Amino acid sequence: MIAIVDYQAGNLTSVKKAFLRFTHECVVTSDPAQVRRADMLVLPGVGHFSATGVLTKNELNEAILDHLRRGAPLLGICLGLQWLFDGSEEAREFSGLGIFKGVCASFPASVKSPHVGWNRIRLLGPTRLIRGIPDNSYFYFTHSFRAPVVDATTAVCQYGASFAAAVERDNVFGVQFHPEKSGATGLRVVENFCAL
Amino acid sequence: MPSETLARRIIACLDVDHGRVVKGIRFLDLRDAGDPAVLAWAHSQAGADELILLDITATSDNRAILIETVRRTATCLFIPFTVGGGIRSLRDAAAVFDAGGDKIAINSAALQNPSLITEIAHRFGSQAVVVAIDAKRNNAHSYDVFAAGGRKRTGREVLSWVREAQERGAGEILLTSMDRDGTGSGFDCELTAAVAHAVHIPVIASGGAGGVEHFAEVFQAGCADAALAASIFHFGIKSVADLKMSLRSVGIPVRYPC
Repeated sequence: MIAIVDYQAGNLTSVKKAFLRFTHECVVTSDPAQVRRADMLVLPGVGHFSATGVLTKNELNEAILDHLRRGAPLLGICLGLQWLFDGSEEAREFSGLGIFKGVCASFPASVKSPHVGWNRIRLLGPTRLIRGIPDNSYFYFTHSFRAPVVDATTAVCQYGASFAAAVERDNVFGVQFHPEKSGATGLRVVENFCAL
Repeated sequence: MPSETLARRIIACLDVDHGRVVKGIRFLDLRDAGDPAVLAWAHSQAGADELILLDITATSDNRAILIETVRRTATCLFIPFTVGGGIRSLRDAAAVFDAGGDKIAINSAALQNPSLITEIAHRFGSQAVVVAIDAKRNNAHSYDVFAAGGRKRTGREVLSWVREAQERGAGEILLTSMDRDGTGSGFDCELTAAVAHAVHIPVIASGGAGGVEHFAEVFQAGCADAALAASIFHFGIKSVADLKMSLRSVGIPVRYPC
């Protein structure tokens, strides 16, 4: 069973719809017990980094960590990816999970912010999540802060500067783009995750 | 300025009246062009980067948006889907998101109650809030904002209203030139550029598309981040793929192949 974690950071209908293409067992939940029971977790989210405070407040962060300790897969999407890092300049008083090192930052002043629309990603190396997808494929982004490029970064995107479009280490995956909104290419990412 | 690889978006727009797609010429004289769910899917397969469904008579009929139409249209769509027309409250917006919309477009309701922008942005994020503006040139070399599908003058001026909308939490601006809408004579690049320079959020140009050259103009001279097309696609005048190939040949970054 795939559990999509709901922490009131945006609407999850589209995310659920995309996963239902590849699995019949998919629930949207904010219940830590259900998060602990799930085979796979999806952590979506849009908006301000402070929204992730709900994860800590409702002890969902502990449930997510338990899930990861079991070796079960997690996919963070957009804000969900950013939360896997140490934190974000957007709200320094809230910390991320710290699985990946570094702090999310705003875009350089040379480009408009937010970064909205379809942009290309460049693959950096082998990846299970983005397998079968050609280098330089377009994905749909919408965000005002960007995660740093780290060892676990498997794909980068260029907008004013390079940032992490995808990260992957062991059972932890994250994408800054919206696979549920990126057409056939995005659905392939969803399918890849479901097939892990 | 946008970076080199961020694609300029081509957005297909479905103007819907009582559940059927129509397209107005200068907001009047509606023609029937089909089922929104079928057309939406066809547009996304053909390479549209995004889809907007506008219930163009919801506001004037003083009724809520047709949620079942939204739900049916969203079913097979995996590109960003914006819904507008008749959204007057946070509750209306929530119903659209629940039915599968990714963004809502508000126009008249935002003019009447600007705090609605903030309310929806706060709950669903700014990326989900598109403020739509119907603009018409006046004699004083500026643009007036109209409400109720272009039927009602508001007394507001476009540049001050877009700045306010951004300030209140709008994530994108959908800017329609009433002077050009349905004419096929090209986008109002002057209007679009003025708005694009006034705000840092993306601007979607609308109204007047008649040929490939108009899209090139609005992305270059008009500094638009996205351009909207309605009738140009419905009646098979040009495919999105053809349009994108032509844009790419003049150096405009587009998502192609899709």
